[in-house]
Amino acid sequence: MNAHKIDQQTLLKNERDPLTHTPVHLLSLEGVGKHYGNIIALSDVTMAVDNGRVTCVLGDNGAGKSTLIKIIAGLHQHDAGVLNIMGEERKFSSPRDALDAGIATVYQDLAVVPLMPIWRNFFLGSELTSGFGPFKSMDVEKMKDITKKELADMGIDLRDVEQPIGQLSGGERQCVAIARAVYFGAKVLILDEPTAALGVKQSGVVLRYILQARDRGLGVIFITHNPHHAFPVGDRFLLLKRGKSIGYYDKKDITLDELTAQMAGGAELAELAHELEQLGGHSDVVKEVQAEVADVTHGAETPKESGPRHA
Amino acid sequence: MTITQTKIASPATDERVAKRNPLQKLLGRPEVGALVGAIVLFVFFALVSPTFTQPNALATILYGSSTIGIMAVGVSLLMIGGEFDLSTGVAVISSALTASMFSWYFSTNVWVGVLLALLVSLGIGFINGWILMKTKLPSFIVTLATFLMLTGLNLGLTRLIGGSVSSPSISNMDGFDTARGVFASAVNIAGIEVKITVFIWIALVAVATWVLMRTRVGNWIFAVGGDENAARAVGVPVKATKIGLFMGVGFCGWVLGMHNLFAFDTVQSGEGVGNEFLYIIAAVIGGCLLTGGYGSAIGGAIGAFIFGMANKGIVYAQWNPDWFKFFLGLMLLLATIVNLIVKRRAELK
Repeated sequence: MNAHKIDQQTLLKNERDPLTHTPVHLLSLEGVGKHYGNIIALSDVTMAVDNGRVTCVLGDNGAGKSTLIKIIAGLHQHDAGVLNIMGEERKFSSPRDALDAGIATVYQDLAVVPLMPIWRNFFLGSELTSGFGPFKSMDVEKMKDITKKELADMGIDLRDVEQPIGQLSGGERQCVAIARAVYFGAKVLILDEPTAALGVKQSGVVLRYILQARDRGLGVIFITHNPHHAFPVGDRFLLLKRGKSIGYYDKKDITLDELTAQMAGGAELAELAHELEQLGGHSDVVKEVQAEVADVTHGAETPKESGPRHA
Repeated sequence: MTITQTKIASPATDERVAKRNPLQKLLGRPEVGALVGAIVLFVFFALVSPTFTQPNALATILYGSSTIGIMAVGVSLLMIGGEFDLSTGVAVISSALTASMFSWYFSTNVWVGVLLALLVSLGIGFINGWILMKTKLPSFIVTLATFLMLTGLNLGLTRLIGGSVSSPSISNMDGFDTARGVFASAVNIAGIEVKITVFIWIALVAVATWVLMRTRVGNWIFAVGGDENAARAVGVPVKATKIGLFMGVGFCGWVLGMHNLFAFDTVQSGEGVGNEFLYIIAAVIGGCLLTGGYGSAIGGAIGAFIFGMANKGIVYAQWNPDWFKFFLGLMLLLATIVNLIVKRRAELK
């Protein structure tokens, strides 16, 4: 655990240039690429994750976000570039491999088994046992107690750990999955669009848990297509488009407006407004879009002195 | 952070959890529909036929149930794990034939054949599971193929080696009596002969229930049946679990095959076809979800008991046994509907 502190110290000092000193990062990618047959899903992506930092990966549908996390989570293997864990080059052959290296992933859709009770889901794959050899049995009471306690510590107020997890709301399920990752000593937590299917209030709850996980010293990778969710919690932002990185920024170098502009592309928004006008869209809507276009172009035209740092 | 943490001063009991009374809790169990069905059926036959409740008749019913129930244990676990196996009926006969033909042909002690049969049974399960995991085909297709192949092998090899459609008698061979003692004897309880398969059945159900409810493997079985991808993502060895389940079915098939062999002393090579459905029916009546992820070993046992009661009850009631299959179909339909209703009710409350 000594290494952690040093890492973080060095990091804080070197925050201006986090990409050069590879060993300091909890996890880093350098020029990582992946293709499926002749489809290039991801090419030349570079990013880093550190203790107590949230790295956001932003991009529209099909930008390569899922491919990126699947590589880090061990579901797929990259075929170009380098994946470093604590300065050591790795290639995961299975999700178990990645888990053993301290990388836990919370998937948007396949986080849990709906028909199983909450406590069974919480410990799934890492059950506590007692006894010897063939008579090893699960320590059910202990597991239930820990589940209840861990969820309470994360601020998740739970009714009954025996109920099937399918009965919880989407946000609650995400939170159980996050609490599970934190409890099992994950160093890196990957969140795959945790807010995509949630309402405003529920999203807020999940965002708060992301910050809790960060404050506990985890390196968080937050994947989303919503800059409004990413900006308040993120420390770094990696923007993906059509499988390529179109920007890698530190929070102090970019504003929410710029981020939104980069994501949507000001030109595309302007085109949309024009199209809507031609189609005789509702004038209020058109005005709104136009206002946003004005906002975006304004934001993009006045970059900060330091300028966005491209990866 | 401080806000959320002050909020958690959670009392021991939560006001949002209305107290579920024990009856409702019981109704939430997977096997409860089958239990109700079993009680109704028992009372029905007890009223129709006075002999039905005689101790000897009950022992016979239990014996009939156990020959289905032993297989239903493995099949139930497999179904909870999200797969099913159509080759079980003939695999039982394959196991019995292996033991008998091998020890007869090489004139060995029958126990050598019995152990070889165990390897073959586990091997059949392994191959089923392995092909399934490699090809990702539905288990329906894979096990249908093994079902057909085993049917052919049973007939073909038996004729090739023994020159007949049934295996030669092995009753005078070394080890036959001890093997019969283990697999096909009867235990005298207060003057009533209870077949040993009944005890084997109960033991298997107990072990399976313990595995399901109290071990890691049990947790994995529910998980691979409930959501295979989610299970894989949290590090559950999905392949090993599923292959293990098929091998568990193989083990049950071996036990029943050995009983069939040693209860008589020859095996008909064409038998077993169609029995696979009886095991699946027992598991489904017992509340195992066909799609996986839900069910219990005790449920499968109750399903087998319902089957045994219906099978023998018709005889005791002196009805024409032609009606049995119709009755079985009706039971299956009613049981599944009851399961469905009970499960929905229980989940709402």
